[in-house]
Order: sequence, then structure tokens, then C-alpha cells
Amino acid sequence: MGAEHTHGLHLPGQSTVHRLPAHLKIVSTLAFVLLVVATPREATWPYAVHLAALMLVARTARVPAAYLATRLVVEVPFVVFAVVLPFVATGPRISVLGLSVSEPGLVAAWALLAKGTLGVLAALLLAATTEPRDLLTGLTRLRLPRQLVEIMGFMVRYVEVVTGDLRRMSIALASRGFDARSPRQWPVLATCLGALFVRSYERGERVHLAMLSRGYAGSLPVLDAAPLRVGDLVVAAALPTMAAVGMGAAVLTR
Amino acid sequence: MTTPVLDVQGLYYVYPDGTRALDGADLHVHRGERVALLGPNGAGKTTLVLHLNGILGGDAGSGGGTVEVSGMPVGKDTLPEIRRRVGIVFQDPDDQLFMPTVRDDVAFGPANLGLRGAELEARVAEALAAVGMAAYADRPPHHLSFGQRRRVAVATVLAMRPEILVLDEPSSNLDPASRRELAEIILGLDVTVLMVTHDLPYALQLCERSVILAQGRIVADAPTREVLANSALMAAHRLELPFGFDPAATR
Repeated sequence: MGAEHTHGLHLPGQSTVHRLPAHLKIVSTLAFVLLVVATPREATWPYAVHLAALMLVARTARVPAAYLATRLVVEVPFVVFAVVLPFVATGPRISVLGLSVSEPGLVAAWALLAKGTLGVLAALLLAATTEPRDLLTGLTRLRLPRQLVEIMGFMVRYVEVVTGDLRRMSIALASRGFDARSPRQWPVLATCLGALFVRSYERGERVHLAMLSRGYAGSLPVLDAAPLRVGDLVVAAALPTMAAVGMGAAVLTR
Repeated sequence: MTTPVLDVQGLYYVYPDGTRALDGADLHVHRGERVALLGPNGAGKTTLVLHLNGILGGDAGSGGGTVEVSGMPVGKDTLPEIRRRVGIVFQDPDDQLFMPTVRDDVAFGPANLGLRGAELEARVAEALAAVGMAAYADRPPHHLSFGQRRRVAVATVLAMRPEILVLDEPSSNLDPASRRELAEIILGLDVTVLMVTHDLPYALQLCERSVILAQGRIVADAPTREVLANSALMAAHRLELPFGFDPAATR
């Protein structure tokens, strides 16, 4: 504990992208994702435009490609689904590499893969260039309900405390010869999760007491709100503008 | 005699399950004093502490007695001011530090008091400097060592400029160096202190006066050295000095 380690997804830096106000980055990312989703799936080249736009952002933010690539693993369940899709979908079938696959299924799989990957990349870039704390202030400035933002804040703060609890419990179990591979051991795991829930719930109560003791009266104070600068707006608009060009062209040339 | 900073009279409290936690506790702490609150597990120490800023108490039936802080009675309408005057540092700093950064956390209390802008920043800087943590303002609390987190927890309360600092087991889980550093910080503060502890040498080092809480009542109130040297009193309340520790030998 106490060692120098950064938050899982955040990559500290001082680039233009890093310094952009968080709420603009959130809007920009969301707009980009919506435009990608709205892009017709028949042509491949608009997706190349989208990818190029993201790579430009990654370059400006000095986020290495390997950093993004390793974190794309989160997408794996969708990839599995996309791979299965051409085999299970109905419709006219075509032959690819000697395998008979459904044509609409193949197109749907491609679209799922392309749109999913672009969306995950955009979210990763946002996470890599924005501190969790700034994301929260950004969401507050976007008028997300305060309670939701506060719940997210507590999650950011306590996720390591709770996983630490869980790690210590599993080490203690393993130290007494416990091995969770057999389904017969599942009741023990369930008890473990129950205990973790009770512990976390009790911690929640203690945190609430400590908050009350420092004068908490129902809402967390908003501590900073830097004025909006036109330059920031222009920079934030760059990514969705590029995506809009790609999407627009694809629609027009259809 | 001046008004005591803390004036507890005839406090009793019964938990919903019928456990009698406090049974007529009386306690006075005067300005500038540092008092240790000793007692075995289950004596009611934490229950007493939670009465001091009105977290517990106030509802008829389960409790009774009065708590006054610098002459102000603890009651529903005085709670905001009482919670400014009584600063409680809880045992587990992870319970106390819940904001994304150290700076935000220290600012939480004074911001609830209505401070904003430069005044708030000055208050945060002052509190962090008092515990030697000014360089860590922008760090998330979960990236600090346990000793550092405990010091930040003290700062979060100091930022409210309390009249009495209540510390619940301040030395627990600290390594000897962090324990000594915290002692130096507490000795350097110009504030009244009530310290709940099982660490008797720590009580002797920091507090000139000690009280023993047992079965919900204050059963002893004397200079710390006298309390620790009274072996009959100590044994009667399950208090034991660490092996080889002689209170008479440390002057």
C-alpha cells in the first residue's frame, strides 16, 4: 500500500487532450460514438475515417497504441458474439474460405465489431486522458443528477478498498486449504460474497457517520468550475466533426 | 472556573437490542487539556464519542443526560455548530476519507460550513501543513500509506477549526515511526484533545489526565501517571500495561 501506482485506465500527461475540460471531452466522446453508430454499415471506408480520427486524438494525447490495444480485451465477449453471428444468422448463405455462412450475419458481425471497437477505443481515450475525479466534475457540469455522480464518486473511492477486502478474504481461505474449483465449494463463495456485502454495508454506515460529523447536510459541495473558453470548444468539436464528415459522406454516397 | 469545553452530565444510553452502553457518565474537559479516555472493549467509549457531536442521543426513551460544548447544549437545532466545535477523527481513515483527492476531502468540512474560494483554500492548506501533508494535496487518499491517511484524517477535522479534537484509537495499526510522528503532530497542535485509546504508553506520553470508562460510567479521573500506577484500579477494569513498561520510569 502507498506505493506509486496510477489508476488502472488513466495515463497521466500534459497534452492538449489531457488539459481539455472533462465535460467537453465527455460530450465529444458521446457525439463521436453516436455518429459511429449512425454510420451505414454497407461501406467500409467511413470506418477507416473514424479510426483515423481516433488515431489522431491518440497521437495528440501521446497515448501509445500498445496501451490501447491491451485494454481492448474488455471487448472480447462482443467479439465472440460477432464471430458466432455469421454461423447462426438466417438469410442467403455465401461461401467464405470454404465455410457456408449467412450473408446478413456476416455484415452484422462486421458492423458490430467495427462499431464496438471504435466505441471502446473512444471510451479508452477518454479514460486515459481524464482523471476519474475530473470525469465526475465533468458529469456534474453536464447536469447529471447529483446523487448519481456522488454514487460514482464513492465507487471510484472505495473500489480498491472493497477489492482489497475480497483479496484478503480469498487469501485467508486459500491459507486454510480452500480450493474453489468444485461446485460443492460454491456455498462457501456465496457466504464470502455475503460477508463482503455486509462489511461494505457497514463501512457505508461508518462513512456516513464520518460525513455527518463534518457537517454533511445532504449534498457534496461543488468545489471548482473553471470558466468555459472558446478555444477548448473548438478542440473538443474536432473529433465529432471528423466523424460527422465520415458519416455524412457515407450516407450521401449510399 | 471557566465554562468547560466539554461538559457531559448523567449521560445514559440503551441500544435498541437492550444493551446498556452508557449508565450515567459524567465528564468535564477544560480548554487546553489533553485527556485520555481509557476502558476495556465494550465499555461504551465509542458510544460516548458519538454522543459528543449528536450522532447518538436526543431521542427520549433510549437515552438521557446532557452534553454541552463550550456552553452550547447538543440538540437538533445546534447540530451544525456542534459538529464544527467537536472534531471526531474515526479509527479507520478509509471511513473518513471518501473524496477523490486529499484536497477535496480536507475541504469537505469547511465547505459544509459555507466557506468558498480563497478562504477555503487557505483553510485546507493550513490544515494539511499542520499534519505535514501539504505535498500530498492532489493525491487520491487510497494511494497514501496508512500513517499518511491517518494524518490526513486529522487534517480533515482540523480544517473545521474545532474547539475539541476527539481521536478514536489514533495509534492503532500504525508502525512505531508513524505513531511517534502522529504524537509529535498532536503535541504541536494548540487544541483541546480527548483521546480514546488502548495504547497506555501513548496516553501517558500525550495526556496529562486520564479517565476510565467502565460499564457505561466514569470510574476514575486522575493524572495519567497515577492511573497507570494504580495496579488495583487497572486490574479491576481489564487495563494492562505492555510487557516491561513502567510508568514511573518515564519522566
